[in-house]
Amino acid sequence: MKTQTINPLTVRNRIHPQLFALYIAFGSIMMMFAALTSAYIVKHAQGDWLEYIIPDYFYFSTATLLLSSVTLHLSYNSFTKNKEGGYKSLLLVSFVLGVAFVVLQYKGWITLFEGGVDFVANVSGSFMYLITGLHALHIIGGIGAITVAILHAYTLPFIVTEKRKTRFKLVLHYWHFVDVLWIYLLCFLMFVK
Amino acid sequence: MAHVHVNPNDPVEVLIEEQGYDDHFHEHHHGDKYQSSFIGHYIFSMDHKIIARQFLITGMFWAIIGAAMSIVFRLQLGFPEADLQWIKPILGKWITVNEGVGQLSPEFYYALVTMHGTILVFFVLTAGLSGTFSNLLIPLQVGARDMASPFLNMLSYWFFFLASVVMFYSLFLSTGPFAGGWTAYPPLSALPQASSGSGTGMTLWLVSLTLFVVSALLGGINYITTILNLRTKGMTMFRMPLPMWAFFVTAILGVLSFPVLASGFFMLMFDRGLGTSFFLSEIFIEGQALDRVGGSPILYQHLFWFLGHPEVYIIILPAMGIVSEVLSVHARKPIFGYMAMVYSILGIGFLAFIVWAHHMFMSGVNPFLSNFFVIFTLIIAVPSAVKVFNWITTLWGGNIRFTSSMLFSIGFVSMFISGGLTGIFLGNSAIDIQLHDTYFVVAHFHIVMGVAAFFGMYAGVYHWFPKMFGRFMNETLGKIHFWVTLVGAYAIFWPMHYLGMAGVPRRYYSFETFDAFKHFGEMNQFITVAAVVVFAAQVLMVINFFYSIFNGKKMTTKNPYGANTLEWTTPIETGHGNWPGKIPSVHRWPYDYGKDGKEFVPQIFPLEEGEVAGDH
Repeated sequence: MKTQTINPLTVRNRIHPQLFALYIAFGSIMMMFAALTSAYIVKHAQGDWLEYIIPDYFYFSTATLLLSSVTLHLSYNSFTKNKEGGYKSLLLVSFVLGVAFVVLQYKGWITLFEGGVDFVANVSGSFMYLITGLHALHIIGGIGAITVAILHAYTLPFIVTEKRKTRFKLVLHYWHFVDVLWIYLLCFLMFVK
Repeated sequence: MAHVHVNPNDPVEVLIEEQGYDDHFHEHHHGDKYQSSFIGHYIFSMDHKIIARQFLITGMFWAIIGAAMSIVFRLQLGFPEADLQWIKPILGKWITVNEGVGQLSPEFYYALVTMHGTILVFFVLTAGLSGTFSNLLIPLQVGARDMASPFLNMLSYWFFFLASVVMFYSLFLSTGPFAGGWTAYPPLSALPQASSGSGTGMTLWLVSLTLFVVSALLGGINYITTILNLRTKGMTMFRMPLPMWAFFVTAILGVLSFPVLASGFFMLMFDRGLGTSFFLSEIFIEGQALDRVGGSPILYQHLFWFLGHPEVYIIILPAMGIVSEVLSVHARKPIFGYMAMVYSILGIGFLAFIVWAHHMFMSGVNPFLSNFFVIFTLIIAVPSAVKVFNWITTLWGGNIRFTSSMLFSIGFVSMFISGGLTGIFLGNSAIDIQLHDTYFVVAHFHIVMGVAAFFGMYAGVYHWFPKMFGRFMNETLGKIHFWVTLVGAYAIFWPMHYLGMAGVPRRYYSFETFDAFKHFGEMNQFITVAAVVVFAAQVLMVINFFYSIFNGKKMTTKNPYGANTLEWTTPIETGHGNWPGKIPSVHRWPYDYGKDGKEFVPQIFPLEEGEVAGDH
């Protein structure tokens, strides 16, 4: 009998189980938006569809969100490289950019509404508000996670541990995910109208 | 290093100590964290075995309510003239008394049918079946201390509990629970003024099922992560017992299809509360045109059945997994065609996503489109038949022990064949023109996913009861339960095929006024009598269950069935963490029964010199 000295938990868990669970949750969230955009396509094909122009605010918000992904990633890099200042300040910047995204989305909705895209009058408007609204809720969830990360950053002593890295990664990957999700949704709304 | 006590006379314990993987579990006393107080241990428990029991008992509670509902509407169908005043104390105003004769109100009849479907499909056969056995068996059979996230696992149960509370509350509304069918098609579900159950009843139905979706997602994410990440040393994917494969694919189906249902629910909520028209168009209420235009009720059907069809596999796959294991253990033979079983589970899982529109052949779906759904639907017969042949071949020449769990497993195969064959009829869009919305459909899905899934669940309960409670259920009562249920279930559902072929529509309150259908009265009486008898047998099972928890025959050995899987290497009183010392490592597949003259060889035993692995 050969003796095996391989530790199964380190060999198999190249991905931390919690991160893995998060990726499965991404699958779930994608299916939810896939369902909504499919329903959108079906309804769109049936006609009686109000066309509208995507408000400029949505492009500004997209840029904001992309930037926040970059800053959060840099914050994570600072954390792993043991740079406390960069880690904390970039975390705060990401939080502000995240909130700015939601505000810009809200501005965009107001512009649309004032331009005559009503929530109830035509299904195209209903879909627009539902899809972007649900996405904004996911962003707000992410902002909540960043808030917790900030609380940890400012209340816990600054020590780089595997556990805290994993926690940060959970926030980071989720934030990248809702970012990419938004780009998909924006492109979808731009091209299918 | 503190060592746990190892009994030198127990080869299993010695092997685990020699070969197992030491994660220093016993030095940390994790157990105390979870089991220090009554609330932490029994209520907000994070131990997968306790959570499994919570799912099971909540599921049983719902099963009794759901079954009792079916008895009430069966009485209405079988004996429409009968005096139902005796249930007035429970149903109250829903029994109206005319000239001394108590009648079930038609509105409540629909509510009963709707709730029966919702409760049985979601609360009993999804949460009660997959929730129970995925939780109980996944960590035990893959060799893990617990789920990947015990906390999410606990949340999963409590979201289910909240969903249960909301649904239970809706039963007592003065306007009644939702009454528009378990599929909740708009406009009945989208317009609060459509019927009395469409108001608050439907609102609570939506809230409850949204909570249920959250529960299913949290559970499913955990099951997948645990199976993929926390298998013990040597437990390759293709050495996993078949229930693991079944629960794995079930969880994937749930994680990918429940969010789609959630999308549909959000749109439905907006249509109900905020005035949108996703699903509403050209509707007249009492002669008045509604100002909601542009929507499509078919859209909801697509979204619903995109979950709805995978949902039936979410129900049947766990039962298939349990049955595969029980058949092999009690036939003392390896499961026939392990790889074919795995691939057929994967095949069914894949096909589950591309057949949903076969529920909508009569909804005005393009007939050319229907052809694709017909073809994919009929292809499902292939993996299903592979499984059936493998089960039968596993039994062939086996040294069969007719325990209650084995009887229910064999009964499952019988039910699955009977119900599956009628699926081939219904999968054809042309035949569906006649059979759609008749009792033929009712017979089909009750046999193939209702009764069959229950048989799988019973097989699991009788088989793993000792693992859950350290005692056995009474075998005599179990066998009475089985035979009455088997004969009774066929007596209920077999005649329904004839009703359906004659065109008798489902969901009707009464057939008295229809010349075409009223001569089936005696058949309906027969069905109702059979239903009452079967219900009584289930009550017997519940009594047996609770009696055995406290007074059943005690489990005296760790491995009473001589089974190979890892759960039978844990102590009789399985504490938190499952194994007191090291985690066992695995050296072979789980189906080495009757190999090289040995009756069984558990997975933890290394291959002997020159021994060829059983799975190759």
